[in-house]
Amino acid sequence: MSSPKAFAEPSYLEYKGKYTGIFSWILSTDHKRIALLYLFSILTFFAVGATLGLLMKFELIAPGKTIMTAQTYDAFFTLHGIIMIFAIVIPGLPAVFGNFMLPIMIGAKDVAFPRLNLLSWYFYVAGVSLVLISQFTGQGPPDTGWTFYAPYSFRTAGNMLPAVFGAFVLGFSSILTGLNFLVTIHRMRAPGMTWLKMPLFPWTLYATGWVQLLATPIIGITLLMIVAERTMHIGFFDPTLGGDPLLYQHLFWTYSHPAVYIMILPAMGAISEIITTFSHKTIFGYKFMVASVLAIAFVGYFVWGHHMFTSGMSGTALYTFSLLTFLVAIPSAIKVFNWISTMHQGSIDLQTPFYWAMAFIFVFMVGGFSGLILGSLAANVHLHNTQFVVGHFHFIVFGGTGFAFFAAVHYWFPKITGKMYDQRWANIGLILFFIGFITLYSPMFYLGFKGEPRRYYDYDEIFHAGNIISTMGSWVLYSGLALIITNLFIALKAGVKALPDPWGGKTLEWTIPSPPAVENFTDIPIITKGPYDYK
Amino acid sequence: MSIVKEIHRDDLASKTGMWLFLFTEMLLFGGLFVVYSVYRFRNPVAFHLAAEELSVGIGTINTIILLISSTTIAMSVTAIQTKNKKLALALLGMTILLGIAFLINKYFEWGGHIKEHIYPGSAVLALRGHGDVLFYGLYFFMTGLHALHIVIGLVFITVIAVKISRNKITFDNYVLLENSGLYWHLVDLIWIFLFPLFYLIT
Repeated sequence: MSSPKAFAEPSYLEYKGKYTGIFSWILSTDHKRIALLYLFSILTFFAVGATLGLLMKFELIAPGKTIMTAQTYDAFFTLHGIIMIFAIVIPGLPAVFGNFMLPIMIGAKDVAFPRLNLLSWYFYVAGVSLVLISQFTGQGPPDTGWTFYAPYSFRTAGNMLPAVFGAFVLGFSSILTGLNFLVTIHRMRAPGMTWLKMPLFPWTLYATGWVQLLATPIIGITLLMIVAERTMHIGFFDPTLGGDPLLYQHLFWTYSHPAVYIMILPAMGAISEIITTFSHKTIFGYKFMVASVLAIAFVGYFVWGHHMFTSGMSGTALYTFSLLTFLVAIPSAIKVFNWISTMHQGSIDLQTPFYWAMAFIFVFMVGGFSGLILGSLAANVHLHNTQFVVGHFHFIVFGGTGFAFFAAVHYWFPKITGKMYDQRWANIGLILFFIGFITLYSPMFYLGFKGEPRRYYDYDEIFHAGNIISTMGSWVLYSGLALIITNLFIALKAGVKALPDPWGGKTLEWTIPSPPAVENFTDIPIITKGPYDYK
Repeated sequence: MSIVKEIHRDDLASKTGMWLFLFTEMLLFGGLFVVYSVYRFRNPVAFHLAAEELSVGIGTINTIILLISSTTIAMSVTAIQTKNKKLALALLGMTILLGIAFLINKYFEWGGHIKEHIYPGSAVLALRGHGDVLFYGLYFFMTGLHALHIVIGLVFITVIAVKISRNKITFDNYVLLENSGLYWHLVDLIWIFLFPLFYLIT
């Protein structure tokens, strides 16, 4: 096979190492192969989670029982939540694109601890397997929702132990990935790459790494306490034994709110890369972008109380958490303004990843603003536990992280696979996906304002129209998704060969062949300029 | 298709990684310390009386055991640096024995409580009221989790000892020994907090 001039080394896809077949993947310590292991496992579980969502929306097409009982519906939204949160959006961008791109973007040959990296993938698979086992064993699947709220989580007959322990193991996987990235960034940047010469995607992974490291142990211990509560009746959160269920909520959200930033920060990083590349212009306000990433990660620790405005807290706590919630919007807004300013007077190249980035900014803004409505105390009391909340976090979590994930897939696909995909079909897929998304989740804002509660399989007749629209949106969304993924799989088989730098990007991953060689760089590059050196 | 294999070794990276991991361990116990503080604040009298029932003697002995074991493992690092393999192995052996002694003490201490029907979920304990239930629940959970860490630490140290005897860990490549030492110190440090919280503050 003809390899391009100076690069005699085989690509990471050809080089098998000492194992063959499937073992050359599942025993590989190459960060690129591990990234693809994550990608395929995440896509598989995503198909499961999305199908559960589709079925739930179908149940909601009409009041009363349509296709499933209340108990099945409860089990479905629980599994949908656990899979989507713990197994998809939290590891999504860091474990797939972080693993693949971080070492390359900072000019390293691998992450600091390659074997630990593989181990965290095994923890990931073990964790998800435990969650799935909980569905088919014991006395029926868990029905608490992904939040495992006390005291119900240790009173329900549902098979909670494997699910809770599975989430604990997934947390372990997340900690190890974060730890690995932190040490990699500290120790393995190429010579000359000072902190402020590092691209923004690694910066967001750095901030994410700290959040993973400092927040995840809290959920770890909280989930262990739930396990102990169920097996030994210790009474941590059980009011009949003197425990306090509210304390569970505090501990749970102390992690689970920062976790929101584990999801969104790498998404913002990927979007920053894409917007710079396709505007062919240096990112506007690089230092402010870095500062806002760190500010989001920091302030994100102090806003967990806004999940508990109606749970019973003192007035002072309520005002403080509300104020801090508004503060966290400022760095997010800085990022949006900087993205727009980057495009201003740039030479914009309209390609699929850029369209995805545009769609991201739109849904992220809708999600962000609806978040501010929920962050204000008076509105929250009205909207708490309604469909409005569901609409909000799907706009942020699915809209933010999901759109950024697909933007990143389309941006780095040529680099990862060495193939180009059909942009026309990719764009049609995006249009379907976008229309479906808006149709599915926008009615929830209206329904929530009107008072439809979340987590019910049934509703009053007055909510019927909105739910029909929403369910039809889910069909469009699902077909868009199927089209996008099919298109990428076809490209994998029949795509045109990709050039090393198909988009005109300036960061280090575009200086090496597509797909990259096993060791990434024949010679470690020496960095003299900033990451986005246009003109 | 020839790949030049270079062995990448970065001791500072390994130690940084270990320190970061220790942060997560502290936060893991940190969550429990928060829960302890909340319930101590709410049940001051019950916690006070229950703490007086614990044996300060056994607690003190275990504290001394762990402190000595921390010294021995630190000394084994120095021994390996001065190429004294035998001494290093002997010191690690002492550390392991001290760890086991800690667990044996713990076994008898726990056994005593369980004989008196004081354990989570016991009907006798439930009759004594919420404060006692929470105190002993936290006591068993926190010292239990700590004992689990001791067991993990002992496994690590055993692996390290085997590596030293096979010359995998030597005077110029001892970061693994240092890291397991760090872990053992952390286990010790957590006990230093558990001991006053359960035994001394009455």
